[in-house]
Amino acid sequence: MGRELYQAIADGILVGGVYALMAVGLTLIFGVLDIINIAQGVLVILGAYLSYSIYGHLHIDMFVGLAITIPVMFIIGVVIHWAFIRRLRGTERTSMTLLVTYAVALIIEGILYKIYGANQVQINEPSINGTNASIHVLGFYLGYIYIYGFILAIVLVAAIYLLLYRTKFGRSVRAIMQDETAARLIGIEVNRVAAVTFGIGVAVTAAGGIAFGATNAFNANSGYDLISRLLAIIILGGLGSVGGALAASIFMITLESVVSIWQPTWAIAVFYAALILVLLFRPEGLFGKKAVRAQ
Amino acid sequence: MAIRVGLLIALLALAIAFPQVFTNPAVTNYGVFAMIFVTAASAWNIFSGNSGYISLGNAVFFGSGAYALGLMAKGWNVQGATVFDLLPLVGLIGAGIAVIFGLIALHVRRHTFIVITIAVFFIFQLMAFNFSFTGGSSGLNSPFLTWQPVPYNQNFYYIALGFAAVTVAVAALVRRSRFGLQLRAIRDDEDRASGLGVKTMRVKLTALVITGSITAMIGGVWFYYINQVQPQTGFDPLWDLQIVLMAFLGGYGSVSGPVLGALIIEPGSLWLNTQPQFSGGYLSEILLGLIFLFVVLVMPRGIIPTGGEWIKRLRTRGRPAVVPAAVTEKVGVAVAAVGGTPPLQPPAKDGGQ
Repeated sequence: MGRELYQAIADGILVGGVYALMAVGLTLIFGVLDIINIAQGVLVILGAYLSYSIYGHLHIDMFVGLAITIPVMFIIGVVIHWAFIRRLRGTERTSMTLLVTYAVALIIEGILYKIYGANQVQINEPSINGTNASIHVLGFYLGYIYIYGFILAIVLVAAIYLLLYRTKFGRSVRAIMQDETAARLIGIEVNRVAAVTFGIGVAVTAAGGIAFGATNAFNANSGYDLISRLLAIIILGGLGSVGGALAASIFMITLESVVSIWQPTWAIAVFYAALILVLLFRPEGLFGKKAVRAQ
Repeated sequence: MAIRVGLLIALLALAIAFPQVFTNPAVTNYGVFAMIFVTAASAWNIFSGNSGYISLGNAVFFGSGAYALGLMAKGWNVQGATVFDLLPLVGLIGAGIAVIFGLIALHVRRHTFIVITIAVFFIFQLMAFNFSFTGGSSGLNSPFLTWQPVPYNQNFYYIALGFAAVTVAVAALVRRSRFGLQLRAIRDDEDRASGLGVKTMRVKLTALVITGSITAMIGGVWFYYINQVQPQTGFDPLWDLQIVLMAFLGGYGSVSGPVLGALIIEPGSLWLNTQPQFSGGYLSEILLGLIFLFVVLVMPRGIIPTGGEWIKRLRTRGRPAVVPAAVTEKVGVAVAAVGGTPPLQPPAKDGGQ
């Protein structure tokens, strides 16, 4: 029993790292643009399909393929922002942006169905996610893909962190998070920063897509499951808080992984129940919005 | 006013005559689904349209209603049309779920509220999948009604039409009442409304209970009409999105908007699904997304308000239809004093949503 538990915790932390990466993108977009990108889930699936095609047809190593998929996803993000998000203003903006990103998700999902069909696929590279591709550390069996995914997530989250806290661009991003009007007044080009942030938030789904697509069989429909988890994570961590998103994804995925030892079918319900419980006592989430400013 | 009442009576008469004129069950089928969605979209609008709390989880009530009616009919061995006597009970169950749902979700606002509704939705779908009494992924079948095909669809049409009419009437009453005013005050500025003495939680919860019980009852009707429910059809994320789209397309917050939206979208999507080139589902999905984008970007306030504005602009040929009262007074006095024609006013900005 104890062994199983530790194994579940180890798995949870590794998978949680990958979710953290996707959630950071989502929460960054929220912090700067004050919108929730419902399309994030299906964009991860799009990223997974991109890697699947690149690996399957061009036989490029899937992690090297990131050099193609990350810029592609970045451009897709900027285009979505430019075409739809930028145009929404006014009092109903919150609900409108949600609906627009939901609509974008539907369209992408439909296109993916058209191209790839409804059959589930998985990115398969036996040396990375085959049955024997695991490492035996301290009594745990850890799949290479989980370890690579975790490392990739750490590297990218660290890069985002450096970008936010060590560059001029990051300073403008944080300024907009604090007060958009004031940021505009001191000469920050809010629209451009917002577009780039949206692009970055979407670009991380390329990496998330690889990790997801190599560990799960997926089809165009898998985005719903992902986005509902990601939403729960960023709400729990406190909307707009990067640190909160990191902590919440590790916590939630580990919780789910541990619960699924006993109750595999109900694990996801525990996941949402945790969210609801936390919100009953702390409506602003665990870390609130202040955590971003305090860092 | 009299014109409006006359128009309403004429519309109702048309709706009642519809299955008598088109007796083909394939045509009445469109009518039944349209009425079910008119009810669901109007019910959604009573809470979400008035209060501004967008719910993407109304399928919770819809699916629960379907399952509740199915389980009661099976458990108590109810045969034939007497099953519809159980609908008020289904409404009560919907109300109960709405109270729990509301007590959890209504503490938070805006984005967080929407996400909580999605989370509650997924919990319900999961329960339907995993409990043994809900029949797991194969769902429930309803006992067959012994109606012949022609009156079958007609009977369901009239049941659904009754629900639609009552729901629209309730929506209109809510909109005109003090209660509706309180709801819209919450939409505009919840803190100020609460400061002015609106019991915000009680008001929001009451509205959600109305919405929840109506949606649950129409869910029960839907279940008996199609004879079955599965977790992914009773609790369908696209269903949630569809009713929201209907409300937005027609005019979010207005009484007639969701009705119009449902009458356009539901028969449209049913028809598309019968077309061979649209089979497989993905094209109708893309189309739904495109309509959504079009509505939000081009006429974000919906057909009814935007259309009304266009008609007004056409009738007044670019001049303002109504000059604000304060301005008229001043200008009127000034004009009377000078004895000239009033100068052109800048177009009146509509203060409504």
